[in-house]
Amino acid sequence: MNRRVPDPHPPDTSGRPSRRLSLQRDTAGTGGLRLSVSGPLDRDAFTDFLAEWQALLPDIDAGRPERIAVDLAPVSTADSAGALLLMQMETDLKQRAIAVDFLHASGDIEAMFALLREQSARTHAGPVRTDGGNLLVRVGDAGVRAHQEFVVLMTFFGEMIAALADACRHPRSVRWGDVLVSVQRAGLEGLPIVGLISFLLGLIIAFMSSLQLKPLGAGVYVAALVGISVVKELGPIMTAIVVAGRSGSAFAAEIGTMKVNEEVDALVIMGFDPMKFIALPKILAAVIVLPLLTLYADLFAILGGLVVGVLGLDMTAQTYIHQTLQGILVTDISTSLLKAVVFAVLIAGISCQRGFLVTGAAEAVGRQTTSAVVSSLFLVIIADSAFAIALHYIR
Amino acid sequence: MKPDIPAIAVENLTARYGERTILEGVTCAVRPGEVFLIIGGSGCGKSTLLKHMIGLYTPAAGRVCVHGVDLSTLDEEALHGMRKGMGVLFQSGALIGSMTLFENVALPLSEHTRLPDETIARIVRMKLALVDLAGYEDLYPAELSGGMKKRAGLARAMALDPKILFFDEPSSGLDPVSSAELEATITRINTGTGTTMVIVSHDLDLIFHIAHRVVLLDSETRGIIAEGDPHQLRETSRDRRVIRFLNRTIEG
Repeated sequence: MNRRVPDPHPPDTSGRPSRRLSLQRDTAGTGGLRLSVSGPLDRDAFTDFLAEWQALLPDIDAGRPERIAVDLAPVSTADSAGALLLMQMETDLKQRAIAVDFLHASGDIEAMFALLREQSARTHAGPVRTDGGNLLVRVGDAGVRAHQEFVVLMTFFGEMIAALADACRHPRSVRWGDVLVSVQRAGLEGLPIVGLISFLLGLIIAFMSSLQLKPLGAGVYVAALVGISVVKELGPIMTAIVVAGRSGSAFAAEIGTMKVNEEVDALVIMGFDPMKFIALPKILAAVIVLPLLTLYADLFAILGGLVVGVLGLDMTAQTYIHQTLQGILVTDISTSLLKAVVFAVLIAGISCQRGFLVTGAAEAVGRQTTSAVVSSLFLVIIADSAFAIALHYIR
Repeated sequence: MKPDIPAIAVENLTARYGERTILEGVTCAVRPGEVFLIIGGSGCGKSTLLKHMIGLYTPAAGRVCVHGVDLSTLDEEALHGMRKGMGVLFQSGALIGSMTLFENVALPLSEHTRLPDETIARIVRMKLALVDLAGYEDLYPAELSGGMKKRAGLARAMALDPKILFFDEPSSGLDPVSSAELEATITRINTGTGTTMVIVSHDLDLIFHIAHRVVLLDSETRGIIAEGDPHQLRETSRDRRVIRFLNRTIEG
């Protein structure tokens, strides 16, 4: 059945919209009007058609008919947009108390029209989404939610500290295999990027400060400047940022996916504590890895500074290292390691907690992963500020 | 175990997610050794009822007793103890993705028993053979088909020889053959070991093939609208909703 039927409505080539509606007095003499509809009644024709229909309405009003017969015989094809047009015509006419009859509709069009009309007429009292309300209600809701989230977070950190204490008392109960896997992923595999960032960071600091100090003949202080700034501040912070981005997100996504796959529920049912089973190994791994990565980052940053010192400031490597060592105190290194441990607990803790918050589907995993990284960075910078103030008063 | 104490008794249970009430005043009892199905359309609270039965959710009102013990009176440790007597097959199998099949099935055994490794290995192989997965020990869950994951999940759920086995939509996502195989496995285990089975499903084949008794939940009344043998219910029930569900018809 591949007969080609000549198209009764060849595409209009004049560029002018073709008329799809034409209104005549009904020849049967019932005092009604006859409207014939032609062309495809589909998505592409929808806008033109609707405009034509609305332009026609004043004419219809002027005629004051009791009924209108709509002749659909010339309609070639129709889709749901077309049916919508017919429904629109019906509604408009009903408002004017004009009865409407659709005539000569092909079987397909009639069936679709009937289906859409019937389905649209159905109204379900679906669930009502109450979104917000006025500003006061929304602020109040946000406050209540923030409080609940804070309680959940504190509960988690409480449980985490209990689990860490328990791990210290019974080290054999820790899943060291999982710890090692996380150490490898968070630490070993992070070495290249941490090294690169730190090296360039040291290089940049040394280069920028040498530009300022060299004219004053104080180029020799570049070594101590790089050493102190990196060991005290930038090393731990940069490492924490990289670990939050690489591993914090990974922890949250992994736990979140386990949550979605009901693996967490399965563990609970089998009598495991998800905190000890899933989160603790990751937190321990972070606690092991972050101080080591921080030391490694310090070394690479100093190396970056050394390159500038040797090439740009005509220092020997020995002098540079000597100057660096003179600038750094042992307490600087130990406090930076302490910082790294605190950052590790914060990053791994909040990331795991965000993972456990996942409910529902993939979209929630993405949202909580983002939240894990953002919250990690926020907590790290807050903790760093607290360290800065505390260390100032201790000294 | 005394025969007159139900394996699980749900009394006047109300379940809520936030402000949305899912179940209201649900009361039912699962007898020891029976295959009990929780059935109903999507979103009527079947899985919610199941998760209350295994103590994953705490009732908003009412209580759930397992072997006569109210779950809400138990502390975390006692709840863990209680759960050792339960096995759950989750919808997707819920195998731990970072572990092989062997490690997954061995997990509850190595955590809750003091058996030597050799014995554990033999039990694991036995359980895997029971679900026709002998020889697949070293594969990771990602390397298995959906049906195999479910069967592996079943092997893990049975690792500690639980008195009650729970299934959340066991036949969802399975082709008809795998589904029939799983059905046969469930029946085999039930008759062979007398394990009580609680199954959430809306699969009519499963319902009519294996259920001893069903409860039909309805999302509008948020409760049980019919209870009993599914064949009998289909013959005798006058309730339009029951007839519609069990005959898979729209007009009832």
